[in-house]
Amino acid sequence: MDRIIYLDNAATTKTAPEVVEAMLPFFSEKYGNPSSVYGIAGDSKKAVTDARETIAKSLGAQTNEIYFTAGGSEADNWALIAAAEAYGEKGKHIITSAIEHHAVLNTCEYLEKRGYEVTYVGVDEHGALKLNELRRAIRPDTILISVMFANNEIGTLQPVKQIGEIAKEHGILFHTDAVQAYGQLPISVDEYHIDMLSASGHKLNGPKGIGFLYIRKGVKIRSFVHGGQQERGRRAGTENVAGIVGLGKAVERAYRIMKEKTEKEIQLRDYLIRRIMQEISYTRLNGDARNRLPNNANFSFQFIEGESLLIMLDMKGICASSGSACTSGSLDPSHVLLAIGLPHEIAHGSLRLTLSDETTKEDIDFTVDVIKETVAKLRNMSPLYEDFIKSTR
Amino acid sequence: MYSEKVMDHFSNPRNVGEIENASGVGTVGNAKCGDIMRMYLDIDEDGVIKDCKFKTFGCGAAVATSSMATELVRGKTVQEALQVTNKAVMEALDGLPPVKVHCSLLAEEAIHAALWDYAEKNHIVIDGLEKPKSDIHEEEEDEEY
Repeated sequence: MDRIIYLDNAATTKTAPEVVEAMLPFFSEKYGNPSSVYGIAGDSKKAVTDARETIAKSLGAQTNEIYFTAGGSEADNWALIAAAEAYGEKGKHIITSAIEHHAVLNTCEYLEKRGYEVTYVGVDEHGALKLNELRRAIRPDTILISVMFANNEIGTLQPVKQIGEIAKEHGILFHTDAVQAYGQLPISVDEYHIDMLSASGHKLNGPKGIGFLYIRKGVKIRSFVHGGQQERGRRAGTENVAGIVGLGKAVERAYRIMKEKTEKEIQLRDYLIRRIMQEISYTRLNGDARNRLPNNANFSFQFIEGESLLIMLDMKGICASSGSACTSGSLDPSHVLLAIGLPHEIAHGSLRLTLSDETTKEDIDFTVDVIKETVAKLRNMSPLYEDFIKSTR
Repeated sequence: MYSEKVMDHFSNPRNVGEIENASGVGTVGNAKCGDIMRMYLDIDEDGVIKDCKFKTFGCGAAVATSSMATELVRGKTVQEALQVTNKAVMEALDGLPPVKVHCSLLAEEAIHAALWDYAEKNHIVIDGLEKPKSDIHEEEEDEEY
């Protein structure tokens, strides 16, 4: 297969050439430790400072509010565990949503085993957090609300501004996992009353293994990695200088091209959704039709199973993902699809396609044609479809 | 993650379809867990399986094990078909990833279900055939947890 159509940009993205170029000198020439005193160390230190400034500026934050981590999962773990510890005397109740990434959900489970109580607020059929349910979940001992900015599977944007206002009104910390949204959508931490925000480099054409946690000044949060004075003593360890430089460059690039990229992706995404919904029967669009990430489309094709579909798409050079149980190694399909109310068998037949700024209309047309053919082939093989057709005769 | 044979049987599945007025039909699995297999058997008066077809809703491994199972029972007698175990199906496919072993159990169970249906329709008893379980996952969960 010569041609690869990469439509799994929510999983990871291609590192942009300008990002790679910016990183390279920090491996072989400017390899100094930012904590050292000599010339090449100064170059490293300045590069880290510059990247921190770029990121802080993008969020409307201060540079001393940005802490580099090894990625989004670490940032989520840090935010939840350290906040739980720091505010544990005030209370032991945390509120999150039913559709969080496992980096948040499994950290909540970890905290539950250590005496914290967690309320998982539900979402509506489009995947948006139920604000009334959130309000009702708040208790005097609630110390943290953690809700993602946009969902990684179905792309639904959460009512972050309202959540931030509710949290502020009650004096509760607000953390948002913005791993999917950061770099795709403008985010202002002040406007949305965000106290902590997690982000990851490789989702925005930066390198893997680097991310950051924004922590608002004044939030009492403890060190996550103990050791040296890096990251103001809160996250010790010699900085991943090349990674940080790459992340800084990726953020600069993402903000530079954001408007144009978003417009292009929305146009192609809506074209993709229109074609799939019009040309393949017994299909549903998962997530909100409009209020979703610019590059995300998620469908459920009735009567077929997602992993089969993915393998057949892969044979044609198309990279996608699914919420099917078979792709997760468990018997249950995606918790997100179940949370929006899909029955198991429909959740098993889901397909997520996430575009990039390099995706073309030609790619989409080819992909839709292959999906049509593949869904028909799998339905022809499916006993569920056979039963359905017989029942309609 | 899959062997070449699994990929071959998944991308070119053998014997997909239905048999009208089949001697026996068996459906196992459930949509909740993401896999359902249906086997159709055409068995002649001498108890030889003349034809075998399948329909499967499931992952790549579920399709490949169904396809291989139909190949293995075709031309065999009912008694011989009973010896087509999940192990035999897996071996014929050059193995399956550990998380997909239940697919081969489902294939074995689907053959048994079709044979059970055949026996019931003809009021006969097939030695060594037990009433198949409709849902393989319940048993699996009991074993695992």
